[in-house]
Amino acid sequence: MKLQKKKKPSPAISTSSLPDIVFMLLFFFMVTTVLRETDLKVKVVVPQATEIQKLEKKSLVSYIYIGSPTESYRGKFGTAPRIQLNDAFASPNQVVEFIEKERAARAEAEVPLMTTSIKADKEAKMGIVTDVKQELRKCNALKLNYSSSKRAEVYN
Amino acid sequence: MRRGRGTPEVNAGSMADIAFLLLIFFLVTTTIDTDKGIAIRLPPMPEENQPENDIRIKERNVLKVLVNANDQLLVNGELLSVKDLKRRTKEFIDNPRKDPNLSESPTKAIISLKNDRGTSYNIYITVHNELKAAYNELREAKAMGDFGKSFDKLNESQQNEIKDYYRQVISEAEPENVAGA
Repeated sequence: MKLQKKKKPSPAISTSSLPDIVFMLLFFFMVTTVLRETDLKVKVVVPQATEIQKLEKKSLVSYIYIGSPTESYRGKFGTAPRIQLNDAFASPNQVVEFIEKERAARAEAEVPLMTTSIKADKEAKMGIVTDVKQELRKCNALKLNYSSSKRAEVYN
Repeated sequence: MRRGRGTPEVNAGSMADIAFLLLIFFLVTTTIDTDKGIAIRLPPMPEENQPENDIRIKERNVLKVLVNANDQLLVNGELLSVKDLKRRTKEFIDNPRKDPNLSESPTKAIISLKNDRGTSYNIYITVHNELKAAYNELREAKAMGDFGKSFDKLNESQQNEIKDYYRQVISEAEPENVAGA
């Protein structure tokens, strides 16, 4: 059979489904995204651990950051580790106020389920972490999570 | 208003551009970080003018873990590397050879953790992690021995039974300020 020579140019690839594909991706990212609520003013590299648990119910978690100020804040605050609550540097005695505010923002029934996550730099010293812990005990926020990343190596 | 001809189609060609723009925005702002960490429960603050509770605990039932400002470990008066802590803790809790210096039974075992204000957070987490790992491994072993299943796969009452047997008691003392941090 003799092949017939094409006379018409090949039709352009239809791009009409492109928006659909892109929208699908878009929705995926919209659903999985968590907008960063706070600007980190401290450098935090969390320590590694093996026995870690996932934090459930992100909306019920309040974060306390501890670490040395990032470069742009060094001039003003030095390099010693500091506490950051929301968007500002804080002293340990402001933790109680912070937790009260966090509680006020939630429904009363959810308050006992609230967790505090301490995201502290591994270079930080226990002194400052202990101060925060004491403050948390004072306001009865006893559920605590030390944020850490997964370590593959297990000591025997 | 009526038109003779059919209404012209809306040009959907720029739809993709708009969607891309949004997509890129979400791509940039997104952080798919699952928050993970070591969960602990703090003891409640003792109420003021509460009488000192005078519970006597036998010395053999307490594993004293001290961490100093140089990140060195002292376990029951013995210098120990972090890497050996888990093994040592498991030995203490379970006491398979009925050593008179180790705990009487797993339910009575208490771990006391004390650190300095100058101790680094990293070593503190590592120590906590090892202690937790010791309990988790013992629970896992008991689950396998008693029920022939992994601890995670047991039902709640079975899990509680094991949790009651290997009750995780880590008591943290107030840190001392020796190094002046």
